[in-house]
Amino acid sequence: MPLVLTEDEVMLVDAARGFLTKSAPVSALRALRDSGDTLRYTPSVWGEMAENGFIAPHVPEAEGGLGMGYAAAGLIAEQMGHTLAPTPFLSAAIAAELVVQVGSAEQKADLLPKIIAGNLIVGFAFEEGLRHNPAGTAVTFKDGKVSGTKKIVLDGVGAKLLIVVAATDAGPGLFLVDPSAAGVTVRPLDLIDSRNAADVDFADTPATPLGEVGAAKAAIARTLDVARALLAAELLGIADEAFDRTVAYLKERVQFGRPIGSFQALQHRAARLYARLDLTRGAVLKALRALDEGDKAATMLCSLSKGAMSKLAYDVMVEATHMHGGIGVTDELDIGLFYKRVRVASELFGDAHFHTDRIATQAFGI
Amino acid sequence: MSDLDDFRAETRAWLEANCPQSRRGAFRGFSTFNYWGGRKAVFQDEDQQLWFERMRDKGWTVPEWPVEYGGAGLDKARANILQQEMRRIQAQSPLQSLGIWMLGPALLHFGTPEQKAEHLPKIARGEIRWAQGYSEPGAGSDLASLSTKGELKDGQWVVNGSKIWTTNGDKCDMIFTLVRTEPDAPKHQGISFILIDMDQPGVTTKPIKLINGDDPFVQTFFDNATAPADQVVGPRGKGWDVTKYLLGHEREMIGSSMTNSVTETVSSVAKAKLGADGLKADPGLRIAIAQHEMESWILGIAVERLKDMGKAKQFSQFSPSVLKLMGTELNYRRGELLMSIGGFEAINDLMSEPVHSYLHAPANCIAGGSNEVQLNILSKRALGLPEL
Ligand SMILES: Cc1cc2nc3c(=O)[nH]c(=O)nc-3n(C[C@H](O)[C@H](O)[C@H](O)COP(=O)(O)OP(=O)(O)OC[C@H]3O[C@@H](n4cnc5c(N)ncnc54)[C@H](O)[C@@H]3O)c2cc1C
Repeated sequence: MPLVLTEDEVMLVDAARGFLTKSAPVSALRALRDSGDTLRYTPSVWGEMAENGFIAPHVPEAEGGLGMGYAAAGLIAEQMGHTLAPTPFLSAAIAAELVVQVGSAEQKADLLPKIIAGNLIVGFAFEEGLRHNPAGTAVTFKDGKVSGTKKIVLDGVGAKLLIVVAATDAGPGLFLVDPSAAGVTVRPLDLIDSRNAADVDFADTPATPLGEVGAAKAAIARTLDVARALLAAELLGIADEAFDRTVAYLKERVQFGRPIGSFQALQHRAARLYARLDLTRGAVLKALRALDEGDKAATMLCSLSKGAMSKLAYDVMVEATHMHGGIGVTDELDIGLFYKRVRVASELFGDAHFHTDRIATQAFGI
Repeated sequence: MSDLDDFRAETRAWLEANCPQSRRGAFRGFSTFNYWGGRKAVFQDEDQQLWFERMRDKGWTVPEWPVEYGGAGLDKARANILQQEMRRIQAQSPLQSLGIWMLGPALLHFGTPEQKAEHLPKIARGEIRWAQGYSEPGAGSDLASLSTKGELKDGQWVVNGSKIWTTNGDKCDMIFTLVRTEPDAPKHQGISFILIDMDQPGVTTKPIKLINGDDPFVQTFFDNATAPADQVVGPRGKGWDVTKYLLGHEREMIGSSMTNSVTETVSSVAKAKLGADGLKADPGLRIAIAQHEMESWILGIAVERLKDMGKAKQFSQFSPSVLKLMGTELNYRRGELLMSIGGFEAINDLMSEPVHSYLHAPANCIAGGSNEVQLNILSKRALGLPEL
């Protein structure tokens, strides 16, 4: 598919933008943060997202989904980046992907409709170390029970189901765990982006395999790619938004009797970011299209997109903060909220360093 | 659809049968390996001549130009197929030419029917080699301040002044120039785009040697040089519009020529030269190469996206500046990495490929409007930032 949006995609973007700016603007994130609410998202907004068809829109029609593809999911994620909408969107996309990939017919029939309708929040219990590491797991599955500790389970606080990656004799497996079951301890985190995540301990907790254990490895790899492509799209939305706000400020703020945007030192730095954003936009869309088309290069393109956007979004935020001067580092200005979300979204499922190394090895054989 | 499939199959078979083996392989930069045409041209070898003549006779030196002007009149879809099929076997371009890349598009857009009939076929058939005469010793980035003077006397233009950085000016037959013809008009409105034959006593050139030993440029002097009155492209005094249009083409071309699809990848050079173990022993270099490959890949995708946008009629007017800026900076790092990979060997040979890339890279950031000029364009026009 060409690297331009279809008419349907343009309509989807407009719908998502309209909805999010009305129902989940940056001020809503701020209010939620300041309220001390532990869920850290607004269930009514999540419900409306379901009604709009915004949750896991990539689930194929044959599985009861909307069949709109990963590109559609990415475009929604990108718009969510613009307003920093705090929702369990990524967790839902991940859970749906895992179920579609390996779930048994009954599991699909049971879980997918609930996920898509926004009625079942599922946390993906994957990470165990200090940084993203997809190579192996120390959490074990034996005699129908899992034990060990998982880190940074997104939307883990209040989730009604967890999908846990654990080691079996046949390699890594995926297991469904009820967070209210015996031996589960959910320890809420206090992430800098004010979103919902928890570390979770399991001690001989009853667990049911999701599909065939032997099929888990490929499903996990595929799902990580999807998560990366969606995060890259969100990072693009964040970077675009922070950049546009900064350019507006350059035109508005007056020093030395003229707008600061008339100073060439600032103009060139802004223009360089414009150029990089313009260039990288294509890579973000290409990764999503590659997932949709089952392109063999998809896994590397997802790394390219996530690695590049993690770096670029950070560079945009450094300039965005700096060009706002003193007010840029205050909590009063929204720019700081974008800055924090960029850091978290970059860290999830591999930052620029991780993906550069992965691409060096797997794409270029060095 | 099946028409296009047929075209692809025919094209593939024709290229297989007609492109000599020695004319296939990775792009080797804008070197003498490629044929540039013109009155003074000599073929480097038989294959170069065969390939050029075969392609010329099919109109495939300029596949999209109308047949009457020496092209093949291909539509976009067929031209793309031809390009893909050439790329598939790494067929070298049969004719490199500023006439094809720059003057041709300007004439197609702004030229009179007579100008098109006179000049386009000679460009397509490689009979006339064109030079670009914009920059002057006193007018570089501020090109519109140029002072080469043209006066209409007795039905012809009489031109006086000098141009500098004329790429391959000594090998060219004709030059498209920017000349101040309306001295009293504001600076952008007093310039005309005039075509001048270089084969006359009033035009002389002097070579300029570069840091990599090449002398690819000349300074061009006009001393009562003449051109017929009808050799002005676009209206008199409106040469700046023609130039702006052309510079867009040039920038896009410079930028997109930096992508991986047209040049050998740095990682493949590194693997061949250092081996996997050599690279493991140098993790800093390995990561720098990977970063470069990522950026280069992204640039390639951006070029692909630009083509798709063009097909969907969503052309972005700032893309040439973006591609020029990002592509040439990438090329800078490419040159540096190739030198690191080449190590002691590379610093010991001014004629080696890495040295050539390394020393040529800065030129790309200057030619076609320096990168600061591109940043100025983006700041002012894409972002709407105010003038100081
Ligand atoms: C390889 C190569 C091929 C070329 N081929 C041709 C050719 O065939 N025909 C032709 O006519 N010309 C050609 N040129 C000339 C080229 O277009 C000019 O060199 C270029 O426009 C810059 O002009 P200048 O060299 O006078 O530099 P200057 O304009 O003097 O610039 C010097 C430095 O100042 C910076 N600068 C200038 N103005 C500004 C500003 N407003 N803001 C910020 N920074 C600024 C520039 O970026 C540059 O770094 C070629 C140049 C090269 C390197």
